Amino acid sequence: MTDRRALGAVESVFREEHGRLLALLVRQFGDLDLAEDVASEAIEAALQRWPLDGVPGEPVAWLLTVARRRAVDRLRRDRAYAARLALLLAETRGQASAPADSARGDIPDERLRLFFACCHPALAVEAQTALTLRCLGGLSTVQVARAFLVPEATMAQRIVRAKRKIRDARIPFRVPAAEELADRLPAVLRVIYLIFTEGYAAATGEDLLQVELCQEAIRLARILHQLLRQDPETTGLLALMLLVDARRPARIGPTGELVGFEAQDRGLWDAERIAEGLALVPAALTGPRVGPYALQAAIAAVHAEAADVATTDWPQIVALYDLLDRAAPSPVVELNRAVAVAMRDGSQAGLDALDALDTDALRGYHLLPAARADLLRRLGRNTEAAEAYRAALELVGNDRERAYLQNRLEEL
Amino acid sequence: MKYMLLIVGDREAAPTAEDDGPNLMHQFMAYHKQVLDAGIMVDSNVLDSYESATSVRVDESGQRLVTDGPFAETREYLGGYYILDLPDLDAAIDWAARCPGARPGRVEIRPIQQFFPS
Repeated sequence: MTDRRALGAVESVFREEHGRLLALLVRQFGDLDLAEDVASEAIEAALQRWPLDGVPGEPVAWLLTVARRRAVDRLRRDRAYAARLALLLAETRGQASAPADSARGDIPDERLRLFFACCHPALAVEAQTALTLRCLGGLSTVQVARAFLVPEATMAQRIVRAKRKIRDARIPFRVPAAEELADRLPAVLRVIYLIFTEGYAAATGEDLLQVELCQEAIRLARILHQLLRQDPETTGLLALMLLVDARRPARIGPTGELVGFEAQDRGLWDAERIAEGLALVPAALTGPRVGPYALQAAIAAVHAEAADVATTDWPQIVALYDLLDRAAPSPVVELNRAVAVAMRDGSQAGLDALDALDTDALRGYHLLPAARADLLRRLGRNTEAAEAYRAALELVGNDRERAYLQNRLEEL
Repeated sequence: MKYMLLIVGDREAAPTAEDDGPNLMHQFMAYHKQVLDAGIMVDSNVLDSYESATSVRVDESGQRLVTDGPFAETREYLGGYYILDLPDLDAAIDWAARCPGARPGRVEIRPIQQFFPS
């Protein structure tokens, strides 16, 4: 076996299994820092051994054995540290619930605990996203920092502080009991969705790291879905991200410009992602209370099933927005609903719906004047449309969206 | 692991029927009994009114600066505390949420540093 192939194998095992490895080590030793250190030592050892000895049949078991040995060595050298960890484990073990039942081979999957620790509400949201990407996504601190456009030192500091809080305030590595799950799961889903939107909003087709964020979010949602198959919102989130991400190839035109939703060539949408997303939607919509991710996935599914904007089932979309506004009321949902009303009942009706919105809540949000501008343009009220485009241009933060609005303004 | 639950009130919050006199006292007594029954109590005290507080600072020259009341900069005041022995932060959050001081005030959870240096 060549060095390069072995390196590739280590890389892919690392990417796929880093979270599993880390979760198992945290479970055994009760300390995230120690687990991270010995996990990376085990990876280094693999980088040296595998090119010579070949990739072992059970790569994770190999990595786990090496990492455990390193951890035990370290604890033997540092008695004070060992005493402290032993005390910590003795105190928390009594409370710990049974290991997650989804196991592969005889190595249990402990990642769910790690998800709930990384997305604990006692951590700031930025810390939650960073930790989740680092621990479960297998992104390096440098990659996380670049993806979030934060200096590396700032991101490193953020991660160190979060890990310190987990240790010092003793945030537990455990899966919440069934009755707590409804309280705790939304934070985990939100972190994954934030990672996705961060990648998607900025995704330009050039910046691979941003695209990678979307892929990571989908990968994380797949893991979570695999661990919590029964949860409709987890299913809904995965479906939503797949259906939205499917549009990526059509979002960027030949010269790198942003292509508006209506103008997108739907032939470019990723059929595989759409099929996978559509298949998940029915399960997401089952249960007594349909959640916001499932409803957004259902909306994305209606778009995915339509050949074009004109033949889209807009009454269905408006109805879904009504449900969404009840499940998770927000001014942005109302804005999107108004746009759907315009498609169903005509531009004037949409404009009326926009006028009925609480504009204070949407102050500073460029998509409100942008939506108004589009409707005014369709009604031939070009002067007012131009004024609205200019208002949107003043608020927009993303360069590509600015260029898009600028083009629209110039077309008038 | 020991956690201190600091019961923090707002000096300018208007008292409601809920947190008024006998009702609040009754709620705290019930909470206190729950804590005792759970076998997690390390220590607890109610502090006297912040109006009886005295603040002391010693300046660079060693001069004592004694002033009436808590620090004037903040509207918040410490009303009392619990020190509880609990397995982890989730348990502490649970007990904080049950504490009558969390509504309408807030309860701040502070882990007490362990005997070993971190």
